[in-house]
Amino acid sequence: MTAAELAALRRAYPRVFGLAPWERARRASVAVLALAVLGVACWRVAPTAEAFWAGVGRIGFLVGFMFPPSAGGALGALLHELAETLAMAFLGTWLAAVLALPLGFLGARNVLRVALLHFGLRRILDGLRGVDSLIWALIFVAAVGMGPFAGILALAVPDTGTLAKLFAEAIENADRRQVEAVRAAGGASILEARFGLLPQVLPVMLGHVLYFFESNVRSASILGVVGAGGIGLALSERIRINNWDEVGFLILLILATVGVIDGISGRARRAIIRA
Amino acid sequence: MTAAAPVTPAISRFAERFAAHRSAKRRQTGLFLLLFSGAFVASVIIGEVDLARLAARLPNIAAYVARTLPTLRAETLWHDLSEWFWGLDLWLEMLADTVLMAIVGTVAGSTLALLLCFDAAANLARSRAEHFLARRLLDALRSVPELVFALIFVFAFGPGPFAGVIALALHAAGALGKFFAEVVENIAPGPVEAISAVGGGRLEAIRFGVVPQVLPDFLSYVLLRFEINVRAASVLGVVGAGGIGEELYLVVRQFIYSDISAIVLLILATVALIDVGCERLRAHH
Repeated sequence: MTAAELAALRRAYPRVFGLAPWERARRASVAVLALAVLGVACWRVAPTAEAFWAGVGRIGFLVGFMFPPSAGGALGALLHELAETLAMAFLGTWLAAVLALPLGFLGARNVLRVALLHFGLRRILDGLRGVDSLIWALIFVAAVGMGPFAGILALAVPDTGTLAKLFAEAIENADRRQVEAVRAAGGASILEARFGLLPQVLPVMLGHVLYFFESNVRSASILGVVGAGGIGLALSERIRINNWDEVGFLILLILATVGVIDGISGRARRAIIRA
Repeated sequence: MTAAAPVTPAISRFAERFAAHRSAKRRQTGLFLLLFSGAFVASVIIGEVDLARLAARLPNIAAYVARTLPTLRAETLWHDLSEWFWGLDLWLEMLADTVLMAIVGTVAGSTLALLLCFDAAANLARSRAEHFLARRLLDALRSVPELVFALIFVFAFGPGPFAGVIALALHAAGALGKFFAEVVENIAPGPVEAISAVGGGRLEAIRFGVVPQVLPDFLSYVLLRFEINVRAASVLGVVGAGGIGEELYLVVRQFIYSDISAIVLLILATVALIDVGCERLRAHH
């Protein structure tokens, strides 16, 4: 094929050789716009040069001070706060799951057939999970006082929203034929739910709950920063008073705990899915 | 019903196995319930859950929420609304900063994740040691909550959005790197082998063999992370790392009730807006 033939083909079928000019212009303008937004964003958050270099120097120095990590002679107290963190995550997840179960049933389109109620419930659930657990912690600490109880509520509220949504989806996606089979065999509606619906949705729900427990262990470890119980208070105090070896110890402690919980919970989730 | 069928050896074998299976299942459930109730009781004790105190304090929560709601009267609705949202200009600016922090944090975190994910994928790592080290680094970045990073970076760089952005970026790099590596491990090996067969190096194999396969998945994970980062950025201000969280923490501590509800509603609206936008972008591609 000669260059002239190629040029003729290109004229005859421009779309085969590339995007239409307007499509190219559209893509270029989207790219320029995205870069402009990123540029503005970088400019808004960028520190001054001297603040940046001073900060880099300070990080080098404090990472150096983190080694060797040390419990600072308060190992017992720290372990108790770690246990409190796990207890908060456990009870927060449990409370969210218990609250989400009826809400999930109501939120499923095939259970609650009134569109307006369905829409309203979904928006309320969205609202619960749109606010981070730390904001809920701020509010609950102000309302019920400092301590792990505020933390449990702060973890449970946004998770109730998300879990209810996931539960509703699991129920919507369940196979109706198994329910119908129980009904055809003469089962009452409670038996329909027990033998037709529950075996299908329970593994999915348990999987979600375990996943939220893992994520809540992480969240619970920082709620102490605002006084809602757990190991976060110890961490923020040690950072404030510059005890970097203890900060290093606490971070390693959190990392190890999260790792162990993730491992156990991950195995349990895989076992549930296989069963 | 006719007379019962005779019990053949096959049927009795089945009945035995069914009974054995059933009792094994029951033992498993019993063990699980025992472990669960043990953990529950331990958590209740350690978490200092006290039902009497709970009952006494529950009304406080309702009262607190009620106090944050402004009084809106139909005849002076506009005036009441503008009084409720009196700080709208300042709050919108802080919200814009929050979103911009999430943007920079997500972009920086995705870049770092992109650099690490090919080493962390079993099929593209050059050695087992490289694979192991990259995975552990991503695990460590992912396991440290943003707020812990933020506490440290606020100490290093001083209060302000930069500390928050670095905190978001590091945590996002860990979380995204893990997802990216899993996507890379699931690619079809053909294109990579084809590039190697015609003499391409590792970089060319990644650029032309891997990236075209994984880019759509990567982008949808990045968008999801952006949504998460907007939520996370809204609270980083609690430790002084920039964004609307600083103002929220201030009004909560000073008990300026109507401002609390106004700011929380603005955060909710922003998060919902971003979620809907990202949803549309995802549906588009």
